[in-house]
Amino acid sequence: MTTKLFGAKVPRVEDDRLLRGNGRYADDLMPGALESAVLRSPHAHARIVHIDVDAVLDCEGVHAVYTYEDLTGPMAAPLPLLIPHPALTHGRTQYALAKDEVNYVGEAIAFVVADDRYLAEDAIGKIKVDYEFLPPVVGIDNARKAERLVHDDVPGNIGARLEQNVGDAPAAIAAAPHRLELDLVIERSASTPMEGRAVVSRWDPDQARLQVWSSTQTSTGVRAAVAAQLGLDLGQVDVITPDVGGGFGVKINHPWPEELLVPLAAIALGRPVRFTEDRREHFISSAHERQQVQHIEVGFDDDGRLLGLDVEFWHDHGAYTPYGLIVPIITSTQLLGPYKPDNYRVVFESLYTNTVIVTPYRGAGRPQGVYAMERTMDAIAAYLKKDRTEIRATNFIQPDEFPYDHQLVFQDGRPLVYDSGDYPALLEKIKALVGWDEFEQFRTEMAAEGRRVGLGLACYVEGTGVGPYEGAHVQIETSGNVKVATGLTSQGQGHQTVFAQLVADVLGCSFEDIEIVTGDTRRMPYAVGTFASRAAVMSGSAIHLAATRAREKALRIAADALEADAADLEIVDGIVSVKGTTGPTISLGTLAVLSNPLRYAFDEVSKAATQFSVGRPEKPPVAEDDEPGLEGRDFYSPERSTFASGMHAVIVETDPDTAEIKILKYAVVHDCGHLINPMIVEGQIHGGVAQGVGGALYERMVYDESGQLLNASFMDFLMPYVTEVPESIDIDHLETPSPLNPLGIKGAGEAGVIPSAAVFAAAIEDAEGFPITTMPISPSELFELRRRHSVVEPTHAVVELVETTTPEEDSP
Amino acid sequence: MSEELHEVRLVVNGATYDVTVPGRRLLSDALRHDLRLTGTHVGCEHGVCGSCTVLVDGTPMRSCLMLAVSAVDAEITTVEGLALADGSLSPVQQAFKDCHGLQCGFCTPGFLTTITAGIRDNPQPTREEAREMIAGNLCRCTGYQNIVKAVERAAELTSAPRRSSSVETPPGEHL
Ligand code: FES
Ligand code: FES
Repeated sequence: MTTKLFGAKVPRVEDDRLLRGNGRYADDLMPGALESAVLRSPHAHARIVHIDVDAVLDCEGVHAVYTYEDLTGPMAAPLPLLIPHPALTHGRTQYALAKDEVNYVGEAIAFVVADDRYLAEDAIGKIKVDYEFLPPVVGIDNARKAERLVHDDVPGNIGARLEQNVGDAPAAIAAAPHRLELDLVIERSASTPMEGRAVVSRWDPDQARLQVWSSTQTSTGVRAAVAAQLGLDLGQVDVITPDVGGGFGVKINHPWPEELLVPLAAIALGRPVRFTEDRREHFISSAHERQQVQHIEVGFDDDGRLLGLDVEFWHDHGAYTPYGLIVPIITSTQLLGPYKPDNYRVVFESLYTNTVIVTPYRGAGRPQGVYAMERTMDAIAAYLKKDRTEIRATNFIQPDEFPYDHQLVFQDGRPLVYDSGDYPALLEKIKALVGWDEFEQFRTEMAAEGRRVGLGLACYVEGTGVGPYEGAHVQIETSGNVKVATGLTSQGQGHQTVFAQLVADVLGCSFEDIEIVTGDTRRMPYAVGTFASRAAVMSGSAIHLAATRAREKALRIAADALEADAADLEIVDGIVSVKGTTGPTISLGTLAVLSNPLRYAFDEVSKAATQFSVGRPEKPPVAEDDEPGLEGRDFYSPERSTFASGMHAVIVETDPDTAEIKILKYAVVHDCGHLINPMIVEGQIHGGVAQGVGGALYERMVYDESGQLLNASFMDFLMPYVTEVPESIDIDHLETPSPLNPLGIKGAGEAGVIPSAAVFAAAIEDAEGFPITTMPISPSELFELRRRHSVVEPTHAVVELVETTTPEEDSP
Repeated sequence: MSEELHEVRLVVNGATYDVTVPGRRLLSDALRHDLRLTGTHVGCEHGVCGSCTVLVDGTPMRSCLMLAVSAVDAEITTVEGLALADGSLSPVQQAFKDCHGLQCGFCTPGFLTTITAGIRDNPQPTREEAREMIAGNLCRCTGYQNIVKAVERAAELTSAPRRSSSVETPPGEHL
């Protein structure tokens, strides 16, 4: 009996190749390709008066230099605004190469192609640009003040303002027995994959065909963009995603200027051209995320039930808006988490600053939303002097309330309706896992040793598997090998493994015989991309459906061949037989032969399919509603997203003298429906938690007032090493299946990072006894906060809220 | 004015390569682009991430901080040279596979070379020493949890008689 692979910790098929150094990342491909470098603006805001490239023209080894002047047709237009939204009234995108003006340090101005990167960088150094400086706008406060504008024609620096209302939150708050206000800040961080962006392209003049390999999260997106901008037919462009050294969101944005300039140069020069970003370029010219300023007003009853929640926030989207409003829309909707306030109002302004663009980074706006909501929950608990879990439990959507309609519009333009979940059960699990009820005892013991500890909790709900669709093609070859293609891309999630698990289960073939190809538009031209924890849900479901079609066809042919009823057949180890009998059998490979009626035999196996061997003379060889080949193709397009959920808890110790913050315990409970491969899901959580620790305690993008990014290197941007992450991460799962897809799964990719800012703020606040309202937080900032609050002895039960929260008159 | 070129003999994974490079060519670029040993990865080019780590006469070195011309006379080992003579994965490589110690695989070659030298010098590391061993390498995917386990597993595989290795043990056991 073939054992079911769904749910098993199947080792990854990707590993062997990667462990031997045989991975193929974009910079590894196409030996001998010309290399390129980009002249980037050293100024945050300036008008370009003149560019002089003369000195470059006769540099040895230089093949081409481009500035805006050299771009024509669609290439001379601004880059596409990928996700328009009616509220984005003032959307702006940059040009592939700056035209007249630069709006952030790092914006591309000129592009040089040379024999190698060294020579290209030499040439870049020789280009002279005259600038007329303009005053930069840096930071949300300056953007809001709007004393200076990023774009002359965008008043108030406001790209968009979006408001959503459920009921009448301001009125409900005004009438509520208790009210609080919070002002919160969260700073910038970034995806920072270990491999930066990279693209290599080749023009084949014999076939008039362009091939592009890009380190991207969407090969079909890049393909469409390249075709459109270079004026080619879609059918002339192949985009192939090779191994990708991590994405975490940043590589979903496209087309990057380089993704267009490289193919442009490859066509013009008739030679392969490559661009590989260096680390500094990744910091200053890819994308960041997270920065928001939030103002929250909340009204609640004596039990802490949310009567009205009114959230206003300001989102820094950088100099341009290629990715539309996705991040702030997610913040504004996913903020609600597992809770159901009676009345909710949310309004945000998405603001321009002279900094690099903001596009999704793992979590994509959810960490900010969870931070707002969970800080509010903690503030209510402190105010009412109640246990923090109790306030949360009071506000949970209950298991019998699904599907739960929040009456809001989600990031996909569809209603925000949660499909399933069990938040009370998750809460019980996290309390047990972190030792919630025993914590006061632990605190007392630690205090006796002169040590200060705090416990934090944060809950989240994550919309995963967003549409519109993904597709899959499954082909059983005459050898019995199974070739599967799906269009979305892989950046280390183990898709080859989990997708093969799904196919093996459906086809009853051996796992080893299955090959999965992702992100190759030649194999599957219809696809969206890998983001929003959607790969397993979307492509997993599509692959399951496509494999089911292939199975049905196999059984249909087998039923004919074995003269049996298809319903009585089973497939075990790639062999079809009549269940419970020892009679004749037929292999999947042979069925593949039979599925393709042949005129010519080219080997022993194919003889079985030639015209004098198969078919009935009274019927056409291929039936009217059939096709040759043993294949299945299908698409999965759900009505809406499926909502995963989880809770994290952390125990921290803060050093009474140095304010150093140490993690003593980190616990995660997580519900992503059925787990295809628990080993891979846990790996995703580990990675997310580490990024979350970075984002909460170490990482931030430090811009000075002139718009220079001061820490654009791994020396100064403190990405966690092993020494910064918890020694262990305790994980427990709940499996509430999604009713929306055939496998009952939900996405898991972002879960590890979503609640981090909230959970660390909560734990540090609990340890210190004063509110934590700005994240990330460093030891020196904590030290400074202590000084300001001059807390001699922290009082744990009561959190002082005076500075940031204003309890208004408290009706008896 | 064209650059001065140097003829350099590099010994990598036991094979000898003669290359002609400018004085400023980084060892990482020479390995990747001149020798086509692209398993060595470049994550920062400023010596912080450790992705480009290779063994130079057995010592882990960041190949992005070395010039190719300064690597003459040295025995260099890259990730491509780690597998055993019979083609099977080395204990460190096998341990990464057993423990799900890699996701995107970009940082992995630097960890593998570093740990190979680490286990050689300290065949029985404690948990603390295992963490210490990898404390100079960045990984953005794994959160290091399973890499630490892989160090311990590699030590186990190295000290255990070879054939009792991982093959029979279900990988789940090590997670
Ligand atoms: S690339 Fe050499 S240390 Fe990062
Ligand atoms: S596995 Fe991706 S960076 Fe380490």
